[in-house]
Amino acid sequence: MAVSFPFGPRFKAVVGFSVSLVITIFGLLLVTFIIGRVVPIDPVLAIVGERATQAQIEATRVALGLDKPLVEQFFIYVFNAFQGDLGASIRTGEPVIEAVARHFPATLELATLATIIGVIAGVPAGVLAATRPGSIADHIVRLVGLMGYSMPVFWLGLIGLLVFYGHLGWVGGPGRLDAVYDMMYDFEVPQRSGMILIDTALAGRWDMFSNAISHIILPAGLLGYVSMAYISRMTRSFMMNELSQEYITTARVKGMPEWRVVWVHAMKNVAVPLITVVALSYAYLLEGSVLTETIFAWPGLGSYITDALMVADMPAVLGGTVVVGLAFVALNMVSDLLYRLVDPRAR
Amino acid sequence: MMFDPKLSRFGSVALAALLVTVSPAALMAETPADTLVIADAIDDIVSLDPGEAYEFSGLDVVNNTYDGLIELDPMKVGELVPGLAESWAVDEAGTTFTFKMKAGVTFSSGNPVTAEDAAFSLQRAVKLNKSPAFILNQFGWTAENVDQMVTAEGDTLTLKTDQAYAPTFLYNCLTSGVASIVDKATVMANEVDGDMGNAWLHNNSAGTGAYVLKSFKPNEGYLLEARSGYWRGDAKLKNVFMRHIPEAATQRLLLEKGDIDIARELTPTDIEGMAGNADVKVQQDVGGQVFYLSFNQKNEAYKNEKFLDAMRWAIDYQGMADTFLKGAMVVHQAYLPKGYLGALEDNPYSLDIEKAKALIAESGITSPKVVMDVRNSSDRMEMAQSIQNTFGQAGIEVELNIGEGAEQLKRYRARQHDATLQSWGPDYPDPHTNASAFSMNADNADDAQTGGLAWRNAYDPGPLHQMTADAVMERDGAKRAAMYAEIQQTHRTTSPFVLMFQIGYQTGMRAGVENFFTGGATDSAAYWAITK
Repeated sequence: MAVSFPFGPRFKAVVGFSVSLVITIFGLLLVTFIIGRVVPIDPVLAIVGERATQAQIEATRVALGLDKPLVEQFFIYVFNAFQGDLGASIRTGEPVIEAVARHFPATLELATLATIIGVIAGVPAGVLAATRPGSIADHIVRLVGLMGYSMPVFWLGLIGLLVFYGHLGWVGGPGRLDAVYDMMYDFEVPQRSGMILIDTALAGRWDMFSNAISHIILPAGLLGYVSMAYISRMTRSFMMNELSQEYITTARVKGMPEWRVVWVHAMKNVAVPLITVVALSYAYLLEGSVLTETIFAWPGLGSYITDALMVADMPAVLGGTVVVGLAFVALNMVSDLLYRLVDPRAR
Repeated sequence: MMFDPKLSRFGSVALAALLVTVSPAALMAETPADTLVIADAIDDIVSLDPGEAYEFSGLDVVNNTYDGLIELDPMKVGELVPGLAESWAVDEAGTTFTFKMKAGVTFSSGNPVTAEDAAFSLQRAVKLNKSPAFILNQFGWTAENVDQMVTAEGDTLTLKTDQAYAPTFLYNCLTSGVASIVDKATVMANEVDGDMGNAWLHNNSAGTGAYVLKSFKPNEGYLLEARSGYWRGDAKLKNVFMRHIPEAATQRLLLEKGDIDIARELTPTDIEGMAGNADVKVQQDVGGQVFYLSFNQKNEAYKNEKFLDAMRWAIDYQGMADTFLKGAMVVHQAYLPKGYLGALEDNPYSLDIEKAKALIAESGITSPKVVMDVRNSSDRMEMAQSIQNTFGQAGIEVELNIGEGAEQLKRYRARQHDATLQSWGPDYPDPHTNASAFSMNADNADDAQTGGLAWRNAYDPGPLHQMTADAVMERDGAKRAAMYAEIQQTHRTTSPFVLMFQIGYQTGMRAGVENFFTGGATDSAAYWAITK
């Protein structure tokens, strides 16, 4: 006799999801923790500096809890993390949760805008290339895609800055705002989201808003270009595959207009794998692209984690990684939801 | 960097399409007239509490938000000038120092500065026991006894020391950040869990300086606001806005566009690239760090004075300083940086391959080989390659062991290196800071673990140890300087250390910026005199 479950299937799904979430985060913590321990950097030496005596080094080791067995260190960390305490940065003493809360919105803003650009430009380009294989348009799309795929973003970023900021003065320079606004921003704009575009818009500070746009457009355009290169290539191959299917031929024979065949009929099926592609490229951008952030002096999560790694600031590295992991999980959930919406078989 | 304009067009074609939507509104490339905008790498900041700040960037902030009893004046290099104390004296025995406080000076809170605040500040720094506390502990102060050693009565502060040190030693140490005077009432009003306001001072200031810390975001920047009534005279510019921009190429771009006033992380390449631009200028200063090559005397060959001498003549000091290190380093062949009491100005060694070969022949060492540890930063690797090349010409084979900084430091501290290319920065503006590291070693045993540089290289300084110990007790300033000069003369001709360079600071700034002081070798940056 089957045991009847006291709650509905929805509850079961929630429980299942929560369990997998906890396991995912736990695994993420474990891997990061191990990597942090095999990196040959001694955080103690990084803190106490050249002058320290052996006694000071030992005292610091104890103060940081690094004298405890590794397993114990790990579980202490996990226990605190699940209570929302990611510890304090070894280097600055700032609570990691606060630092991440400052850096993540900058990355989120940039990654979101870049992904929007990537989708708006990449999907039509991919469809265009797929419907006219071998044409000039197809070659151009493939060439532009190849360039975005193969050129180092770092180099493109520098060139972009030199041309559009340095020579032409069309866009703002490195940083999220001009200095004059950057100074005022903390004091004059309520920080509801940490995303400058959203916060300045909500506060009605359109002068600051347009300045922020001028600063974000180049890094977002660059990252968007890279993401477009990937999205357009994938769209092209999904679409070509779809257009060779029998039901498409049938629709054409029945006299359905070509735009409708492509954009409605075929797109329905292309959308499913495309969601995965977009989610992947968005997730990749959410890690914060370190090189771009460095060139554009963008105070995002990528450069925060990398800087922390350089000085063995493990609480900061782990904290940043956990947040990236959470973002991945959230993205997964959203793409799952979208699947259900667009894929007739999932309904 | 050279760019082919054709290439740059090619790479940006796709972007042009995206960028046409951007209006050129709000793209003024100018900083506000009353604000100084600086770009620097400030991710080294640990804390802005003067009792804890111990990094270049943190001390720059402390120097502009606090003052000490005795100050260094950027306008009078090398002089000790009255800070919050108007005068000071030492008793006959040389162990009791009295400081008379200046009247009428206030903290940014409006509270008057008293001897009580001064005593509290020094006691607090010792009790906090953070990184820079050792500078004060050198005078025999401990958390247990500092309340008796440092006392206030009326407008007089009394400092007792455990021995009769050179008065200049104490005075020099009192100019360092850790001896800054904090506002007792404000600091204690913000105490949490008995931390004496330490957490609050991470991102607030409570001093007498020209500026008040308005905001600080680690790894992003800070904002300082001028206060009126500064005892030296009000700062010329209302705000100082520091932006954390670690990338040199980015800094240069911002500077040339006029979006920042000062760039502090430019490379020799950037400086060269800006040469033709009339809107920007470069200021050259020296800093306190010295760069040296040292040899571990656990290897018997490095006790051979002829061989050590041969290596001193087999380095192209000037050649390096004129090429890839241009402006970033100046040749300096003794361990006290220029600007310090007793620093040597002359540089007796230069590249002389024949002389080096002759000395190796005399030394009796055959087919010499050096394994040199080098940090993986570009300037150090270039230095190492230059040395490898000239040593090779003199017949010394060099194997480079390149690694990450902290890892190399670990090897160095464990005396596991053969030779190492390193730098050393002074901890406070007194010669004892470097002299104690380079020429003192009380116990050369492996388990002594003193961490001093002489010990790390298994170098027994012999009589130099006692001479250095005597110099820190010498009460006559001129005599004291002469002692350090003598110690260094002996050290640079007999020790396994080859001192090569002193760091140079190249500051890029807009043409209109005047009176920016980096602090040179002994002090931190001063913002209050700057005009633009």
